Amino acid sequence: MSTTKVPTKVPLWRDDRFWKITFQILAIITVLVIADFFLFNLRLNMAKRGSLFGFDFLGSQASFDIGEYLIPFQSQDAYGRAFLVGVLNSLKVMIIGVILTTILGVSVGIARFSNNWLVQKTVSTYVDLFRNTPILLQLLFWYFAVFSNLPKIENQIAVLGSFYISNRGLALPWLGDSPTAWSSLLGLIALAIAAFFVWQQRIKIMVEQGASGQNLLLVLLGMGVVALILFIFGLQWTFPVFTAGNKLNGGLSLSAEYCSLLLGLVFYTGAFVSEIVRAGIQSVAKGQWEAAKALGLNSGILMRLVIFPQALRVMIPPLTSEYLNLCKNSSLAIAIAYPDVYAVSSTILNQTGRAIEIVLMIMATYLLINLIIALAMNFLNSSVQIKER
Amino acid sequence: MTTQSTLPVAPPTPVINMGAWIKKNLFDGWFNSLLTVGIGLAFFNIAIGFIQWITTQAKWDVIPANLPLFMVGRFPASQYWRTWIIAAIVITLGGLTWGMLTLSKEPEGNHQIGFDRNTLIGIGILAFVVVFLPLDPNSKMFILGLICLGLGGCFLGRLGVRKVSNIGTLIGVGWLVSFLVNLWLLSGGFGLQTVGTDLWNGLLLTVFMASISITLSFPLGIIFALGRQSSLPVVKFFSVAYIEIFRGLPLVGILFAAQVMLPLILPGDWRIDRVVRAIAGLTIFTSAYLAEAIRGGLQAIPKGQGEAANALGLNTPLSLYLIVMPQALRAVIPALMNLFLSLFKDTSLLAVVGLVELTGISRNILANPVFLGRFAEVYLFVGMIYLVCCSLMSQASKQLEVNLGVGKR
Repeated sequence: MSTTKVPTKVPLWRDDRFWKITFQILAIITVLVIADFFLFNLRLNMAKRGSLFGFDFLGSQASFDIGEYLIPFQSQDAYGRAFLVGVLNSLKVMIIGVILTTILGVSVGIARFSNNWLVQKTVSTYVDLFRNTPILLQLLFWYFAVFSNLPKIENQIAVLGSFYISNRGLALPWLGDSPTAWSSLLGLIALAIAAFFVWQQRIKIMVEQGASGQNLLLVLLGMGVVALILFIFGLQWTFPVFTAGNKLNGGLSLSAEYCSLLLGLVFYTGAFVSEIVRAGIQSVAKGQWEAAKALGLNSGILMRLVIFPQALRVMIPPLTSEYLNLCKNSSLAIAIAYPDVYAVSSTILNQTGRAIEIVLMIMATYLLINLIIALAMNFLNSSVQIKER
Repeated sequence: MTTQSTLPVAPPTPVINMGAWIKKNLFDGWFNSLLTVGIGLAFFNIAIGFIQWITTQAKWDVIPANLPLFMVGRFPASQYWRTWIIAAIVITLGGLTWGMLTLSKEPEGNHQIGFDRNTLIGIGILAFVVVFLPLDPNSKMFILGLICLGLGGCFLGRLGVRKVSNIGTLIGVGWLVSFLVNLWLLSGGFGLQTVGTDLWNGLLLTVFMASISITLSFPLGIIFALGRQSSLPVVKFFSVAYIEIFRGLPLVGILFAAQVMLPLILPGDWRIDRVVRAIAGLTIFTSAYLAEAIRGGLQAIPKGQGEAANALGLNTPLSLYLIVMPQALRAVIPALMNLFLSLFKDTSLLAVVGLVELTGISRNILANPVFLGRFAEVYLFVGMIYLVCCSLMSQASKQLEVNLGVGKR
């Protein structure tokens, strides 16, 4: 009723709303003034240097070589394509890195709960050692002290006659590049998805109807046999063979730069992930362990069905930031000359001098990648949360 | 009498038997036995190979020959005394602060002396090792002196808490003054020989960059943390944008952008040093992370605190300054410590943008034809320095967490 009279009674400087609005206007003005200051100087400095803003330089010829690429690249190609090659190289490290880090981190985190004293000590030493030294130093160590000291390609180390390690990197068997191989791969993926649903169906039948689920187990077994056949024969594995000139035929070869970067990132981030896994497992109430043991579950099933799903809820948010860290740290590739997006961009910058455009492109790329990961992890996070009424 | 008899009796302490311990912890079942044997063999092989490499193949002469370079880089040798004084000031103040922070208010907490047994043993071993290192006698004396200063500072800090009521403020002022004094000692002027920033290298630059960046990012971090918690939509939007953008970018990218962009977006006649540009980059990056850490502290403060302050008639700035911030910052100290730790490691990225801190100077030394190919030796040594510093800090942060009772009160 009297709300209209309040502003007249309360002096202006006592009015909360006045301050709120003034403060926001002040904030906007401050930001605008700073932005204007920067932009004004930028225009002045750019005019002094005689450079213009624009992305048309991306079309001109790159005339530098990139050591490794996923899409064909030659020095005659455009800067834009070079940038794309860098992005793909970055993604190659990030995706494989995230997968390997998860495997390493989870195994190490679980190994911390081993009742074997030696395993515990080894694992905690690993974590302390890798968490407390800078990632850049570790990358330099992997590249210059480990890979550069490996034997030359003439007398490389062969493992099981199909893996080769030398100071040029790693060569391993890989699937063939033919329609049969690709369709087999697709078949394997389809089988895995089908098997997942059959498994769920089986559990459902077993729980709801108390049936044995034998029939579905047989179905699963059959699928397993088909998968095995596809895996061995369908994928048309090719093995690395070295010809006279030390040229590699067949298989997959990974450069020393890529291996160093991947190993460095995986071992560094894995140490952090293992701590997250440990904290997650520790956060599960002790009664859960005791109840599961009282039901007679052995330690493997206990971890898989009781502890880990509950730990996952605590683990996913910090895990997301570790994955983001891994992706951001992959930009250190420049220190060991792996052509990732940052390294390629700085080469382009050196050639063209387009500082602002390139900084913007790098920022956009990393922010986009981060956004995708964060969204995917948030989706995962919401799917493992407790389903409450 | 009766109450005593109903007290639960502690279970009998198991008799620790060597054989039983080994059986329980190493050979408990076939799988564990296999693991033990496997890891034991691998460990044994690696240890043998490593010791062989250390004693016969590695050429360690690169370390003592370049020790001053690793520590202070090209800082003029005649001015080394200045770096010693800086170290003395920082270690004394650090000891005082540590003594103050680790002393819990309860009387039964007083029997500790600020360090647990393992840390004291570690310090003892360090002192012992220093005596036998191939250093010149003066440096040895100075290092031992520094250790004494640290321990003495810790003792004084504990004494001070009981005798001087406003010791916290005094130490805070001490840090502020020491910051200016150290800056003066580093750069010279006012009667001292000036030393350009391009001569500040090695560990000196690493520590300097980490400390100055976290100091400068503190006010920014507080502003953006408060901004993110604010109910004003515009302020909140700007804060969230700042925090999320700079947390989403790789540090190398930010440092690189700072190097190339700052000269472009600032007036052309401002000549900005490489080191200053790097400080700007590190500060922008750290303040985004710091803001998130402080936000965690702010969220830990019950809403009732702010409401009670408002009810008492304090306006928002005063209630933040007097009631909310002191509690939030106290809860944030361990997180701050961890942030400083990761910043300390992250300063190594400055090597990528051409600054000569600890990692950068090791690259320079390796580029020297005399020491070609000594990658493993140099990187192991530098790694040891980082490892020792970071382990000390993470231990300290763990103990602070216990002593400050974060999450307990």
